[in-house]
Amino acid sequence: MKPAYGVWGLILLLIIAHQDIWFWEDTTLVFGFLPIALAYHAGISLAAAFTWYLATQFCWPTDQEPSAQGKETP
Amino acid sequence: MPQLLIICGYLALLLILGLGASRLFRGTSQDYMLASHSIGPFLLLMSIFGTTMTAFALVGSTGEAFKEGVGVYGMLASSSGIIHSLCFFLLGVKVWKLGKKHGYRTQVQFFRDRLESRWIGAVLFPVLVGLVIPYLLIGVMASGTVINKVTAGTIRDGQVVGGTFEEGTFPQFLEQAKNPKSDEPASFTYGSQGGVPKPLASLAICGIVLIYVFLGGMRGTTWANTFQTLVFMVLGLVTFVVIAWRLGGQESFWASLQMASSSIPLEKLTRTHIPPEKFFTYMLVPLSVGMFPHLFQHWLTARSAESFKLPIFAHPLFIAIVWVPCVLIGAWATSDLISIPPPVAANPNAVLPFLVKQLAGPVLSGLLTAGILAAIMSSLDSQFLCLGTMFTEDVIRPLYGQRSLSDRQQLLIARLFIIGIVALTYALSLFEPRRVFTLGVWCFSGFSSLFPLIVAALYWPRLTKQGAYACILAAAGSWLWLFCASDFAAQANFTVNVPVPIAIDLDGYWQLMPVAAMIVCATVTMILVSLLTRPPSQATVDRFFPKT
Repeated sequence: MKPAYGVWGLILLLIIAHQDIWFWEDTTLVFGFLPIALAYHAGISLAAAFTWYLATQFCWPTDQEPSAQGKETP
Repeated sequence: MPQLLIICGYLALLLILGLGASRLFRGTSQDYMLASHSIGPFLLLMSIFGTTMTAFALVGSTGEAFKEGVGVYGMLASSSGIIHSLCFFLLGVKVWKLGKKHGYRTQVQFFRDRLESRWIGAVLFPVLVGLVIPYLLIGVMASGTVINKVTAGTIRDGQVVGGTFEEGTFPQFLEQAKNPKSDEPASFTYGSQGGVPKPLASLAICGIVLIYVFLGGMRGTTWANTFQTLVFMVLGLVTFVVIAWRLGGQESFWASLQMASSSIPLEKLTRTHIPPEKFFTYMLVPLSVGMFPHLFQHWLTARSAESFKLPIFAHPLFIAIVWVPCVLIGAWATSDLISIPPPVAANPNAVLPFLVKQLAGPVLSGLLTAGILAAIMSSLDSQFLCLGTMFTEDVIRPLYGQRSLSDRQQLLIARLFIIGIVALTYALSLFEPRRVFTLGVWCFSGFSSLFPLIVAALYWPRLTKQGAYACILAAAGSWLWLFCASDFAAQANFTVNVPVPIAIDLDGYWQLMPVAAMIVCATVTMILVSLLTRPPSQATVDRFFPKT
């Protein structure tokens, strides 16, 4: 299986994991201060960052043009 | 007074930055509008993030968490982390490539070519401008509220105490306002409360942003955006620490955090009041970034496709850094650790500035306010600039031809149009305010309803001119109809209710976000009309979908 398929699968998994009905009525405070609904979705944000990093490594389109000739900035 | 001086100092600093950027400005409309395609990964990340994080992210998220609880983060922040990056990846890179190849500066130019339709702008331009106005309105309204609340006094026994200005400093119409929930006459207590009157503060912010956008164009806007994004991220975290510590009132920061969170009422920790299907359809709202005209313009500024990599994976992290503290602060404000006065509770937009004013000292609250204003202005600038570019490129140039106007004339026309739209937005901001969050969701939903159009234009060769026109009209029509049905956003929790068998949902219906109905309507119309009409020419298909 190509790595790109795995990355797109992870993105689909993220979208499914986002619908966390299992924490709907949970009032737990993670570490005593972070409501679980917030902690879980903050985790989804971190997972999204990692998955998109993988996407830029394994799914990046290869037919891009060379850089434009402009004054370079950071 | 120290708060006001610090805010003024920050605004002066921005003007100096605008002046500095104007020295780098190359004097051409290409540089003014697209910074000559020279923006690298870091500046692209900061400018895209700063542009997408508006008053909605800071003031709106805190206010909404105060009203609805911590579920707000899942509704829009974590979903945006997934969907925004998806749009940058699938749409942004492709748009950049086509824009660089064919010299596009606006969305309409791209669609005009792709759809072989000279007049697509006549339909798309007013729809895009019409949707940008509520987006601008969010920033203009919130900036006025924030400056007013931070410089205002507190109410003790029905009297305003400790305001920056005495009653009577400004004309009555600026100082007095009515309590929206009663028939009492307008008063100072419900008006400026000794702070800078909202209309005056909003006007000042509009003026400052206009000046630095006019001085520096896209290059100046990008630098100002980067600076302001850093300011609001750093000061946002400082705000969080200060509010947590003061609110929790314990010796250590950790213990204060735990004390503050343990005081949140249980109903604000759960999502029992949010139907899961509504939560699911909220995920469609962030699709709006695919059709934001100002973001389209930022994409085109990239130096290369590689510049997109950093924004794609860092964007979800940045969202978490800004939204998690804001949502927690909003939830803490519902606890019994602090008493929120009725005028503030009635206007969720005022919750964050109120907490900053109450819990930070005057100097710190001035600095923190600068951070909030930075977030607001870093979106307003891109939107102002984009409006001018769209008007010049999509209306003036097609009407007057390429050679009849000099670069200087084009810049002047762009600037006059921007001033006109800002004046209109400012006038609208003087009417009865709406919740920033609610207005933002309506505005984003409108852009999301056009999402099928950009996807089809880039990935579906069979999309026809007629299909695109039908899609735009269906999106705009369904948005207008539903917006009217919600009493122009006055019903904050408006949903589209779809009947379903009781076996599926005990309520007998699903409560869906209006955006879901709009997207279905626009997509079905676009596909049906495209299939029923003549396909685009082979030359266009070859141009936009080359065989590799």
